[in-house]
Amino acid sequence: MKLRLNQKNIPLLATIAVFLLIYLAGSLLYSNFFSLRVFVNLFIDNAFVGVIAIGMTFVIISGGIDLSVGSVVAFIGVLAAKMMHDYGVHPILAFSICLGLGAIFGMIMGSLIHFFELPPFLVTLVGMFLARGLAFLVSLNAIPIKHPSVDAIIDFGIPLGFRAWLPATAMIFIAVTLVGIYLQHYTRFGRNTYAIGSNEQSAILMGLPVGRTKILVYTFNGLLSALAGVVYSLYTSSGYPLACVGLELDVIAAVVIGGTLLSGGSGYVAGTLIGVLILGLIQTFITFQGTLSSWWTKIVIGVLLFVFILLQRYLSKAGAGK
Amino acid sequence: MDQNNILIDIKRVSKSFPGVLALDQVNFCLRRGEVHGLMGENGAGKSTLIKVLTGLYQRDDGEILFEGEPFSLSSPQEAAVHGLSTLYQEINLIPALSVAENIYIGREPMRFGRIDWKKINGDARQAIRKLDLDIDVTQPVSSYSVAIQQLIAITRSLEISAKVLILDEPTSSLDLAEVAQLFEVIKKLKEDGIGILFVSHFIDQVYEITDRITVLRNGAFIGEYETNKLPRIELIAHMLGKDPETFSLEETAGRTQQEKTTTGQTLLEVKQLERKGSMMPFDLTINKGEVLGLAGLLGSGRTETARLLFGIDKSSAGSIMLDGEETVLSSPRKAISHLFAFCPENRKEEGIIEDLTVRENIILALQARQGIFRPLSGRRQSEIANKYIELLDIKTPSDSQAVKNLSGGNQQKVIIARWLATEPQFLILDEPTRGIDVGAKAEIQRLILGLSEEGLAILFISSELEEVIACCDRIAVLRDRKILSELSGEAIEEANIMQVIASKDVNQ
Amino acid sequence: MSQVQWFRSENFQRMLWPLTALFCILLFNFFFTPGFFHIEIKDGRFFGSLVDIANRAAPVMLLAIGMTLVFATGGVDLSVGAVMAISGAIAATVIRPDYVKGVLEYGEVQSLFLVLAIPLFFSLLAGLWNGLLVAIIGIQPIIATLILMVAGRGIAQLITQGQIVVFIHEPFQYIGSGFLFGLPFPIILVLLTFTATYLLTRRTGLGLFIEAIGANSIASRFMGIRERMITLSVYIFSGFCAGLAGLIVCADIKAADANNAGLFLELDAIAAVIIGGTMWGGRFTIFGSVVGTLIIQSLTTTILTRGVAPEVTLVFKAFVIILVALIQSEKFRRLFSSRMPGKKLGAS
Repeated sequence: MKLRLNQKNIPLLATIAVFLLIYLAGSLLYSNFFSLRVFVNLFIDNAFVGVIAIGMTFVIISGGIDLSVGSVVAFIGVLAAKMMHDYGVHPILAFSICLGLGAIFGMIMGSLIHFFELPPFLVTLVGMFLARGLAFLVSLNAIPIKHPSVDAIIDFGIPLGFRAWLPATAMIFIAVTLVGIYLQHYTRFGRNTYAIGSNEQSAILMGLPVGRTKILVYTFNGLLSALAGVVYSLYTSSGYPLACVGLELDVIAAVVIGGTLLSGGSGYVAGTLIGVLILGLIQTFITFQGTLSSWWTKIVIGVLLFVFILLQRYLSKAGAGK
Repeated sequence: MDQNNILIDIKRVSKSFPGVLALDQVNFCLRRGEVHGLMGENGAGKSTLIKVLTGLYQRDDGEILFEGEPFSLSSPQEAAVHGLSTLYQEINLIPALSVAENIYIGREPMRFGRIDWKKINGDARQAIRKLDLDIDVTQPVSSYSVAIQQLIAITRSLEISAKVLILDEPTSSLDLAEVAQLFEVIKKLKEDGIGILFVSHFIDQVYEITDRITVLRNGAFIGEYETNKLPRIELIAHMLGKDPETFSLEETAGRTQQEKTTTGQTLLEVKQLERKGSMMPFDLTINKGEVLGLAGLLGSGRTETARLLFGIDKSSAGSIMLDGEETVLSSPRKAISHLFAFCPENRKEEGIIEDLTVRENIILALQARQGIFRPLSGRRQSEIANKYIELLDIKTPSDSQAVKNLSGGNQQKVIIARWLATEPQFLILDEPTRGIDVGAKAEIQRLILGLSEEGLAILFISSELEEVIACCDRIAVLRDRKILSELSGEAIEEANIMQVIASKDVNQ
Repeated sequence: MSQVQWFRSENFQRMLWPLTALFCILLFNFFFTPGFFHIEIKDGRFFGSLVDIANRAAPVMLLAIGMTLVFATGGVDLSVGAVMAISGAIAATVIRPDYVKGVLEYGEVQSLFLVLAIPLFFSLLAGLWNGLLVAIIGIQPIIATLILMVAGRGIAQLITQGQIVVFIHEPFQYIGSGFLFGLPFPIILVLLTFTATYLLTRRTGLGLFIEAIGANSIASRFMGIRERMITLSVYIFSGFCAGLAGLIVCADIKAADANNAGLFLELDAIAAVIIGGTMWGGRFTIFGSVVGTLIIQSLTTTILTRGVAPEVTLVFKAFVIILVALIQSEKFRRLFSSRMPGKKLGAS
């Protein structure tokens, strides 16, 4: 696929530009910013956000949206913790069950959206609160995770030199990204999501399996949300029902900043990866800065998101005026 | 009949919906290597027949044979598998994806479990070459013109192995050169033995490309004819249900040019109005008490002209003088404040508000002009609504009926009523009689003439030339977003109009 | 219209379902909850479960009234909970501006007018922000209001510096816990807002315009309806309602809790609007939304008296909304009915 400087690629180029800009600024202003360790930390700290963002990319490209992701992360996290802590379930089994549950949760939402033609925002908003409620049902308080197998996973990692090493969670993130790129570019499922998001009516008339693809997209996203829940619980060593409130906005921000159009039909998984890294960069920048409180991160992300949405609207209007 | 040559044989097929008999024992026969035109007025049953054939609807009665075997589809996907492809008026491709991908999406060739992009692009190049097309298959479909997109859509159908190609109004958005290109392709497909069902209301084109014509009217099968043995006047007569011997255009509510009363003063004077990418600079004069018609093929710019005059689109150059004063029509609101009115072509998306009642739809434009703080009382609303329900003979049990329950024709009347209620001085009608039965059509045409006699200035757009001729005092002829010339008086005649449209453009 | 006609009219039909549902819940409690309908008058004030339910539902009712109009234009306002938090945070800060810096003594007592006007002003601003994004820039309402939903809570936390600001301010507390004509003041506020909204939408052209815009915005524009203005206004109004609701909550608990004020209440509001019968883009009924709120509140109360933890009510609410959305979905209804679609009138 050739890279063309046209309307399609401008968002992605803008994304890369922003990433490089922030990196440059940080490297110039702070020593140690430009180090392998800091770079790897981007992957570690944002692994759970990244995993969901990959799934969310497919959802948004197909023309939908999923507001339930944050709550699913919390629910899965606290469920896995409870299984291991109160019932002594082996981590691998607990995590596998959780992944299955996440997929089923997504599949149910996708089915409601497709078969009954309910708006995705409504169904996933309900999903958001259902999952949150289920999380509270499992436990009202945080549950710690302590298990030798879990410790083994957390301790597992690849040393990269320069005092940096790559833990399992970050590896999961990278693996999911690669899988996402493959799905998007080399499978019919991936290509169909573009078609559906671009023009669903045409996709139906062209004989594409629209229903199956839509449900699969939400199922896949549910699976990844659960995976993110697993990663998050490993990252924090606990399950907490109030975790990740508002995470959906961060994820959507990463996807949009990564160059995916909110209206659907266009976007790249690779772009989302950079979008996630940008989110991490901002947090890192603020940490290095030292004096600003952490909720400033949310404001900057909000502003960046706003700017990219404006850019997308401007581009779509300019394109339509042909 | 050579049985082996018949691809599709539809025998006595009927289909009804609640209250409407859409197809009544219709026959249709498509042979290999034949282009067969399907003709009829709006509501004749053409699209219903196609939907029954391709599996979108289930027939109630009769039988369908495909290559001699009984044939019953339950979905369009199944149709494609059997080699039956439909190309609709709106191109059904994915604009953001490449040409090659559009041709193969859903059936992409795979290699070791992944999509083989090299093969897709290579196969695509070969496929489009069959249609004498030479384009870059890796570019997105949206970068090509509608005509090329159509050929790409045809390529897709052929690659899925089409035996039958249904073309539903394929030339609506094409210019003459593109139509010629399409017809070359169709001739090639004929040679390859593909059967083509050609639906179009462009009579010239039907005569140019088809071998046989089947005529439907009001769901009934009128007849199948060989194209070169059917005089035009007979075809039109069959479509309208008139006796070919006695058929004459005066049957409609028109008046001859001698009856025309003198025009009133000038209301609108348009000078060199232009909109980049939409309309070339044009001059126009709208007079009170006169009906000005816009004639031209689909895509010639008639609706675009109307939209400029009503302020929906902003002009990029030129001026409009209203009653001698220069005016800028920057929005519909502005135009309405000058007592303009506009009945749009696309009544479902731009006209009717489905969930509201008949009464609300009728008084809405008037209420909008009065603003938020001068509400019409419930009683006054009913008064106004019922006045127009009676005047236009709108069939509805009461004014509180939800508009979505009305038939298309009655919905159209509601829109006209809505604008009449604002007592405009300039009324723009874009395809006001589309989808309305012949009787109601005549009513509306009479209404238009009556209104112009009362002093209203009217702009009348219609694809039916007879209608335009019958109702208008002057006709502006358009082609390719340009007003070519105006005809008035004795010069108003179908042959002249068609000639203007077909004329070679000397000054570009 | 005659009496009989009104019962058959579409307006009444739409209200029938929510009213029936409410009736059923009340009936259930009549049998199974002793003392549910017991109302007594003490010191000229009404007390009882029913009064409690209405009182506790008051903030959500306000949100629902604002949300109804937004919903009718085909949009949604997810930021209302956050705006409630901002409103309460500002009010508390006006009363005790130096609390967050650790100064516990009160300075001069602020007038009630300021304590009310400043938060409401900023609530209107928040609504204006949403409205500009949606109506002028053209961003999808879900995304536009999602931004404020998260950023807004951050702003509220910034104002209170993450602390719970407690205060005493008698005139202001009256908003949350006072009584007027025997009824709790929040209920009076709801009645006032409801009446004002009803008059503004149904006794002027505004209601019809809102429904037209939501049902078909292109046709509305072609008729000269000021689509952008009206859309902008409904979001401003929604912001105002959220601000007012935030004041009630803040006055009631005599504190501003930026973390929890209004949390998850946007769902309650959306649920109430859907249950009440307002269409997403089209016909609306604020009375329906009020009934919808009562249904949710009484449902929640009924469940809580059975001993379920309050957070878990989220699960019940989720089910109720999905159920109602399904019932309103044509495809779902088609599963159960074998009736043919309505007969078309007149020739086709």
